[in-house]
Amino acid sequence: MSKSWDVSEISKWGWSKHPVGAVIPEPATTNRYVTGGWRSLRPILDLEKCVHCFICFIFCPDSSILVENEKMDGFKLEHCKGCGICAQVCPKNAIHMMNEAEALGLEQCLLPDDDKKDKKEDKSA
Amino acid sequence: MTKVAAMVGTDAIAEAMRQINPDVVPAYPITPQTSIVETYAQMVADKLVDTEMINVESEHSALSAAIGAAAAGSRVMTATSSQGLALMWEMLYIASGLRLPIVMTNVNRALSAPVNIHCDHSDSMGARDAGWIQLYSEDAQEAYDNIIQAVRIAEHPDVLLPVMVLMDGFIISHSLGRVELLEDQPVKNFVGTIQPPYSLLDTKNPPSFGAFDGLHGYYFEVKRAQAQGMLNASAVIKKVGTEFAGISGRSYDFFETYRLEDAEYAIIALGSAAGTARTAVDELREQGERVGLLKLRMFRPFPAQELVDALSHIKAAAVLDRSDTLAGSIGGPVFVELRSAFYEAEKKPRLYNFIYGLGGRELDINMMKQTVETIQTGMSDGVVQSSVAYLGVRE
Amino acid sequence: MAIKLSEIVKQKELLAGGHRMCAGCGAPIAVRQVLHAAPQDAQIVVSGATGCLAVSTAIYPYSAWQTSFIHSAFENASATISGIEAAYIALKKQGKIGKDFRFVVFGGDGGTYDIGFQALSGMLERGHRVLYVCYNNEAYMNTGTQRSGATPMGTWTTTSPYGKGSSGKTQNRKDLTAIAAAHNIPYVAQAAVHHWRDTVAKAQKAFAVDGPAFLNILAPCHRGWRYPMEKTIELSKMATEACIWPLYEVENGEWRLTGKVQNKQELRGYLKVQGRFSHLFKPENEGVIEQMQEFVDQQWEALLVRCGEK
Repeated sequence: MSKSWDVSEISKWGWSKHPVGAVIPEPATTNRYVTGGWRSLRPILDLEKCVHCFICFIFCPDSSILVENEKMDGFKLEHCKGCGICAQVCPKNAIHMMNEAEALGLEQCLLPDDDKKDKKEDKSA
Repeated sequence: MTKVAAMVGTDAIAEAMRQINPDVVPAYPITPQTSIVETYAQMVADKLVDTEMINVESEHSALSAAIGAAAAGSRVMTATSSQGLALMWEMLYIASGLRLPIVMTNVNRALSAPVNIHCDHSDSMGARDAGWIQLYSEDAQEAYDNIIQAVRIAEHPDVLLPVMVLMDGFIISHSLGRVELLEDQPVKNFVGTIQPPYSLLDTKNPPSFGAFDGLHGYYFEVKRAQAQGMLNASAVIKKVGTEFAGISGRSYDFFETYRLEDAEYAIIALGSAAGTARTAVDELREQGERVGLLKLRMFRPFPAQELVDALSHIKAAAVLDRSDTLAGSIGGPVFVELRSAFYEAEKKPRLYNFIYGLGGRELDINMMKQTVETIQTGMSDGVVQSSVAYLGVRE
Repeated sequence: MAIKLSEIVKQKELLAGGHRMCAGCGAPIAVRQVLHAAPQDAQIVVSGATGCLAVSTAIYPYSAWQTSFIHSAFENASATISGIEAAYIALKKQGKIGKDFRFVVFGGDGGTYDIGFQALSGMLERGHRVLYVCYNNEAYMNTGTQRSGATPMGTWTTTSPYGKGSSGKTQNRKDLTAIAAAHNIPYVAQAAVHHWRDTVAKAQKAFAVDGPAFLNILAPCHRGWRYPMEKTIELSKMATEACIWPLYEVENGEWRLTGKVQNKQELRGYLKVQGRFSHLFKPENEGVIEQMQEFVDQQWEALLVRCGEK
C-alpha cells in the first residue's frame, strides 16, 4: 500500500490541515514510530541453537520477531522494547539478553543499574 | 402533490424518518419520545424501511451505537428526551468531536429532580455547548421539516456535525396538528446519499477513529477545526432552508419574525411558545400596541449578529426561556446569549427575561401579554426593574 | 484443524509494533493471538474500550492497527461495535459492501467487568455477531492499579491497599465468564496468554460462530502485579496451574475444561512471586491466603462438576 499520509511536519500543522475528527486515515502508522529506544536490554539470537519453532513470535508483545523465508530472522529493533519474554520462552535457549549499551559498543553509556554499581564502588573506595 | 394529515408530533418525526430511510436507528424508549421509537419499530417490522434498528439497553448505548454506525459510514438517526439526553451527555461531545453527522430528535422534557415528564427545555439547553447544531420547532410541521433538512445540514462536508432537532414534549409530541407531508421521492432526492469522509468499513485504508491525543497536543487544533464546522453551519443552514422551499413551499431561516418591522416591543421565544406569542401579538396589535415576535429556530450555532440586526430598533423585548441556568441572577440561556450578542451593539433594546413553563407549567395568552405589559411599564417608569422574572410560578 | 505457528507467521500482522504498551505487557500478546485466529479473507473492525490498549495503540497520528479501529469511550465499546455491525448489515444488504467483515472488541477488565458491563450484556443479549475479548489483568492498570470487579480477594491495589485495618481487597472477584455464558450465546471461553494454542483455537471457534462470542483472557501486567517484566508468560502459566485461572469453554451451553491440570499447585507459590500479594506473607495477614485458597478450591471443584470432570 502506498503510504500517502506524511506526518513528518505534523507538529507545525495549522488546525485546518488535520483530518476531520482527528481520524488517522490509514492503518498501522506506528510502523514509522520507533519504540526501540525504550530498550535497555537487547535480544541476541543464536542461529546455531534456533530451531525456528516461532514460540518467540507468538509471545512477542511488540510484533518484533522477524520472519524471512519461513525462518526466524532476528528482531525488529525499531520496535523491540527489550522485555526479554522471547528469551524466557525460547525452548532452546537460543536468545539471550545483552546490555543495550554494550550491544551498541557504548562503554560510556551508563544504565541505571551500572550507575548504582559505580556509586557503591565509590563508597567502598 | 403534498398530502395534508392530522398528526401528533412523534408521528410526524417517524414519518420523516421513514422517508429518509436511515441505515441504522439505535434507540431506547423514554417518555415522551417513546412513540417515535414504537412507530418506527412498526415501520421496520412492516418492511416500510431498510433500516437496521438496534433496541439498545440505554440511551448511552443508543448514542454510542449511533457513533459506531456513523463511523462505519452509514446514515444514522435516533431520538430521546430528558434523562435520556442526560445519560448521553458524555457521548454528545464524542459524536461532535469525531465529526459524525448523526441526526437526533430530542422531545423536550424537564430534567429530574423532582421527576417530571412534561415539557421544558432544561434537557437540550444543558447540552447547548456539546457541539451539536440545535434546531427548535414550533409545531409538528416544523419538526417534520427540520428533520429532513437536518440530514443535509449534518452531512454537508463543510459542517460534519451532529444535529439535534427539538420538539416540545406533549405540547407538540402528543398534540394533533396539521402537517403537510411531502411525497417520498422528493424527500429521497433532497437528502441524497451520505458521503462520509472516512469509514470503518473502508477496505483500502482502514482508519482509526478516536485516537488518544497523547503528548503531542493536537487537541486544540482539532477543537478549532470543529468550531469552524459550527461557523460554517450558518451558511449551510440558510442554503438548505432555501432549497427546502423548492420542494415544500416552506422556507426556513435562523429565525422568523412576525409583525416585528414597525414594532416597539418584542417577544422572543422558541418552540411551541411562539404560537401563543403570535396570538398575543395579534391581540395586542388590535389594542393598538406596536408589538412583534421573533421566533428563534436555530439556537446552535447562535445567530448573534443577525439577531442584533433584527432587534436593534426595538425599545424593549421580553425574552422567554423555558429553562433556567440556575446560575444566580443571569437568567435563562436564551437571555444570556442574546444579552451577550448586544454587548457591542450601538442601538439595543432593553432586555427582560421571563423564565416560564418549567416542568410543563402552562403558558397562556394572558401571561404572554403580561410580559409585554411588564416591559412597557418598566420602560415608561424609567425604573430599572429586575431583568429576570419567573412567569407563572406560585409566589 | 491443527494450528501451526509455521502457518501463523505467514499471516499479516494485524497489530503492528511501535505501539506504546509497556515492555513485557500481556495485553498485546492476547490481541495478537486472537487476531492471528481471524479468518484470513475477512476485514476486521476493532472497537477498543478506554484502557491501556486503546490509549497506547492509537496515539494520534500513530495507529498500530492494521484493521479499522475505533475508540469512543470507556463503558461503551460493546454498544459502539453494535452500531458498526448494524451499519455493516445495512450497507451489505444495499450492496454497498462486498467484503466479509468481522467485529472484535478489546476491553480491559475494568471496561468489561465494571463500567462496560451493561453495554456488554446488552450486546450479548441482542445477538450481534461480535467477538468480545476481555484482556484481563485484574485491575485498572491504565490509571495505575486500582481494584476492579476482576481483582482477586487479598490483592493489593492503590484503592484496596493493605494497612492496619486491611489486608488488601476484601471481596472475591465476580465470575464474568460464567455470567457471559448465562447469556446463552454460542461461544464463551476463558483463556490465558501462555497457552497460545488454546487461545488461538478458542479465538478461531469464536470467529466461526454466527453470533456473539466472549473470551476472557488472562493477560498479566508486571507493573501492577509487581514481577519482572520477562516473566509475563510464566505468571500466566502459574495462574492456571494453581487453578485460580482455569481454562475452559462453553460451546452452545456445553461446558468443557480445555486445560487439564495434572498437578494442581498451591496458590501460595503463585502469590509469592508477585509484589501485589507480598503483604499476605506478613504475620498480621495470616489466614488470608488460606481463605483465598478455599475460594479457589471451591470454584475449581464447581467448575470440574460443570465440565463433567467429576
